[in-house]
Amino acid sequence: MMKFAGLLVLPAGFFLVLAALVLLNDPVQRTAFVLCGVAVEGVGLVVAVRGHMLNRGESH
Amino acid sequence: MTPAAHLSESVLALAFALVLLAPLAVAGVMLTNVGLGRSRSAAQALLGNLAMAAVAVILFALVGSAFAGALPGGAGHILTLGGKPWNLAGAGPLFGAGLATAPLQAQLTLLFEIVAVVLCVLLPWGSGADRVGLLPGIAIAALLAVVFFPLAAHWNLAALGTNFGLGSGFLDAGGAATIHVLGGLAALCVVWIAGPRRGKFPKEGFSTAMPGHNAVYVLFGCLLALMGWQAFNAAGALLWLHAPLTALPQTALNTTLSASAALAATFAVTRTRFGKPDASLCANGWMAGLVASSGTAAVVAPLAAVFVGLVAGIATPLLVELFELALSIDDPSGAIGVHAISGVWGLLAAGIFSGSSGQFVAQLVGIAALLGFFLPLLYFVFLALNRYLPFRVNADGERIGLDLHELGGGAYPEFVIHRDESYR
Repeated sequence: MMKFAGLLVLPAGFFLVLAALVLLNDPVQRTAFVLCGVAVEGVGLVVAVRGHMLNRGESH
Repeated sequence: MTPAAHLSESVLALAFALVLLAPLAVAGVMLTNVGLGRSRSAAQALLGNLAMAAVAVILFALVGSAFAGALPGGAGHILTLGGKPWNLAGAGPLFGAGLATAPLQAQLTLLFEIVAVVLCVLLPWGSGADRVGLLPGIAIAALLAVVFFPLAAHWNLAALGTNFGLGSGFLDAGGAATIHVLGGLAALCVVWIAGPRRGKFPKEGFSTAMPGHNAVYVLFGCLLALMGWQAFNAAGALLWLHAPLTALPQTALNTTLSASAALAATFAVTRTRFGKPDASLCANGWMAGLVASSGTAAVVAPLAAVFVGLVAGIATPLLVELFELALSIDDPSGAIGVHAISGVWGLLAAGIFSGSSGQFVAQLVGIAALLGFFLPLLYFVFLALNRYLPFRVNADGERIGLDLHELGGGAYPEFVIHRDESYR
């Protein structure tokens, strides 16, 4: 479940990036929001990888 | 999408010659995929590479190219959001209709994208080596060729730059995003779903080392890849960036510099860490330098190309260790680190070193689309596919090797096949 949660956070970050492009015209604000969106994606990726590590079992 | 500017016939003739040389990169990736796997699955691995290439070419040429918009057709599937038109997918002709009468530049674009899609579909196959069956591998290649690659190609080569109002278009003339990051993310999904090779991560202790079975294949593959990459990067610079002919030698030089610097860095890192240079990691470093050059070769100075390669070469062996020892990711070909992460680095470096204002943000948006949209979609689609067509062969098939299990005969019938215990 943790991996799924992380993977669902990824689109949330992408939507933040899209929202910045649609709603903001100021380059500084737009850049800041794009960076925030990428950071959210980074958090989602970390959670997904962590979820994979927790599921690690013996591969015999 | 079709490049808007019209190139002269002599330039297009050169681009045609370069596109014909680009499949050497495919041959290089195929050889490294086979060499980094085990001897008892070598024939299955190479046959799988060829079968996936064949399926990808057919499906992309007949169906996927329509969504990529490679040939002239409709205006595209437009979604208006916030008053801005978003060109979500191409609306070109299906089944290759109109190919013979299409402008030469559009035909070359299609050929370029066919080489690109073949490279892309090979990456998850290398990561799933020694446990993923032929049929699921071909199904993965089909999905990539019909759905994922066309969308990524359309978004990254056309829609992001022109439709998202950034001012600077997304720079990816050599396919760092559409081939390497997308293929590397697909490889991550396959590895997550299929799981590690039998005996790779024992219950106690460190992971088991499973070295590639033929370093000569791997290193020779690197040389072939260099020739293919030089041609591919130069063709991309002509077709997508409309670079002048005088810029092509530097593009080829930057490709070589990036790979060379990466190899030197990986050589130094592995010699420092292990006392001796590691051949397979050095090959991975070389490939990582080539991948990073896909994003940068056409747009940076030679000194920057060396820096890009150095960073890729230092990071690659560390990433391989991180994935295997800390993150429990069993990736025999190293596609996730070599292609996905070096591809992201190449895209970021293009934004940093291109010297164009706003370019870095444009590159970030492209990377955000790949991570935020394509990675979860790839995972959930592959997860659904795995329910109906399990990626992994049964335990007995994995034990005897995929050559015997799937083909009925080995690649090296006169060799003694090692048991798993021999690796411990």
